[in-house]
Amino acid sequence: MTDVIWLVVLFPLIGFLALLFFGKRIGEPRAGYLGSATVIVAFVLALIAAFDFIGGEGEAHTVVLFEWMPSLGLDVAFLWDPLSAAMTLVVTGVGALIHVYSIGYMHGDPRFGRFFTYLNLFIVSMLLLVLGDNFGVLFVGWELVGLSSYLLISFWFTKPSAAAAGKKAFVVNRVGDVGFLVALMLIFSSFGSLAYGEVFEHAPEVLSGGMATAVTLLLLIGAAGKSAQLPLYVWLPDAMEGPTPVSALIHAATMVTAGVYLVARSGALFELAPTSAAIVATVGALTALFAATIAVGQKDIKRVLAYSTISQLGYMFMAVGAAAYVAGVFHLVTHAFFKALLFLGAGSVIHAMADEQDMRKMGGLRSKMPITFATMAIAWLAISGIPPLAGFWSKDEILAVVFNRGGAWIALWVIGLITAGLTAFYMTRLMYMTFFGAPRWADGVEPHESPALMTMPLVALGVASAFAGFINTPWRLGFEHFLEPTFERFEVHLAHPPDGITPWILAIVSVLVALAGIAIGRRRYGGAMPAETGLWWDRVENGYYVDDVYGTTLVLPGKRASQVMAFAFDAKIIDGIVNGTGTAVRAFSKALRPLQTGLVRSYGVGILAGAVGLLIWFLSRGGV
Amino acid sequence: MSVGPAWYMALAAVLFGIGALGILTRRNALVMFMSIELMLNAVNLTFVAASRALGGIEGQVAVLFVMVVAAAEVTVGLAIIVAVFRRRATASVDELAELAG
Repeated sequence: MTDVIWLVVLFPLIGFLALLFFGKRIGEPRAGYLGSATVIVAFVLALIAAFDFIGGEGEAHTVVLFEWMPSLGLDVAFLWDPLSAAMTLVVTGVGALIHVYSIGYMHGDPRFGRFFTYLNLFIVSMLLLVLGDNFGVLFVGWELVGLSSYLLISFWFTKPSAAAAGKKAFVVNRVGDVGFLVALMLIFSSFGSLAYGEVFEHAPEVLSGGMATAVTLLLLIGAAGKSAQLPLYVWLPDAMEGPTPVSALIHAATMVTAGVYLVARSGALFELAPTSAAIVATVGALTALFAATIAVGQKDIKRVLAYSTISQLGYMFMAVGAAAYVAGVFHLVTHAFFKALLFLGAGSVIHAMADEQDMRKMGGLRSKMPITFATMAIAWLAISGIPPLAGFWSKDEILAVVFNRGGAWIALWVIGLITAGLTAFYMTRLMYMTFFGAPRWADGVEPHESPALMTMPLVALGVASAFAGFINTPWRLGFEHFLEPTFERFEVHLAHPPDGITPWILAIVSVLVALAGIAIGRRRYGGAMPAETGLWWDRVENGYYVDDVYGTTLVLPGKRASQVMAFAFDAKIIDGIVNGTGTAVRAFSKALRPLQTGLVRSYGVGILAGAVGLLIWFLSRGGV
Repeated sequence: MSVGPAWYMALAAVLFGIGALGILTRRNALVMFMSIELMLNAVNLTFVAASRALGGIEGQVAVLFVMVVAAAEVTVGLAIIVAVFRRRATASVDELAELAG
């Protein structure tokens, strides 16, 4: 089964091509059924292929499809190991549910078929990214997910803000990609290969300490761009302009976790560069706290979730930076479930409120939308870290590992704990503003529960968010055993949570913090809506004006520079050189033109004079 | 006193000079043509004389080529002159200066 792992990619690819060429003719809703079916088949195939790993017997497997650039030794090859299996299952599993949900959500959209074309393209790209056996294939997938993200953010491109958001995402990602690309060049020049096996196996001998730090820091730049970490996070909140299923799939569950995957996959390199690993963890912790504070002040339901995603990605970076790769990937998986659920629930609410996203105009939806409310409540408690829901296990493992590293890492643990409290608070705020209290709906809005196509994925994700945590509890480290072969192969040393009484104390502390966050939120938002105005609320709501700062310090000088280049340098100097060449030739020929008199005799004199001149020259040289 | 190759060479030089002078001084296209023929034949003479003196055949072969090419050239040239004369009623080259820069 593992030899034909390429089938997992093939089916969504067929779906993509079929929809690309015949999407309009297939029409609504069959285009949605086709797109969903291919992803479901891919999920089932991946599940069958992953059975060996679940049993603990599977071996990592490389499947070479064809030679790509033989002179560089680069093949198109897939690696089927526990890590790529876990990622593939998340991508196809959550992807399939969101495909089904989209059939309901995109109902009536004139470009219904095109939406599923892009979604399938995204699934194919993401699978290339996680299944690639070398950095080359990874990079191709990396760029393709960027492309599909761009296409889907600006799916409603007639809205100027959506078009601008897509452009912003693309440009900011490019900044990160430069770092990534340079890292790949350094890797190739050091190892002469981009294949994982080759690179990770020989990394300890080949890479000096400084080189390892350089490569890993450049990888971090790429990862920070894709995973929306400080300082490259600014594109993710704007990416909420895309349709909500896109936000759930790409900007919460899968694509934005590519950076975490990259760091986890390159664990063997980060092992050699402890400084870089510490920087990864610090960036993650700071991002987690920073984004969580912004999330508190957002009015738009999707923007709360966007900042929450950035914050949770920060947690994952903190984990992989602390070499707790299992904890990081574990949180990636559980987060994929509950954050996708939150986004899909938010989409359901937006759908019911006639495209209203402002939480100040919601309220009291609990009885109108029971299924959406119940499933979102599970996700709310899961992300807040209430046991025994999924978020508790993964978040607590991260905090415990970071605490266990001791020393300066304790500071990161404190930041993580504060973030956990803030997370519980802003999620409670979101839930109370949306579902509780008196209705504050705009006139003429009649909220109703969404159709079954949309609520079924909600229920499925709700179940996953409730129980996914049990794959890796302190008593039964199933997920850790599942992933271990990936990291054992290159002797990556995993950080583990502490033993004895400490984890209990840590767990109790973090649960108390989460409960405190929920209690404060409930107290504040349980009754009438508090007025949230004033200097600090303004600052927080606008994300500390980081966009404006970037605008004046980076974008504006860039625009000025390109204006100078376009209208001064190009128009005057470059064009001047081109036009000057023409003018010079014209002047030269004007000077020569009188020579052509039209009198045959003058030409004859010229010929004769030339002949005589040549004759004299030959004679004077003495050779006849 | 025998007539050696030098005599032939001298005669050819004189003929060539007359031809060149004719080209430069005359305005009538027909006369200029005749001058060109004179120059070509002056060269032919040097070829034949040298061929005779050196005992080779190459010079005479070259002369045959020159004569053929000259005949062709005269045909084309005369046709042009006749055509110009029909349009302009003149064969003076000084009046045919439309291509002056």
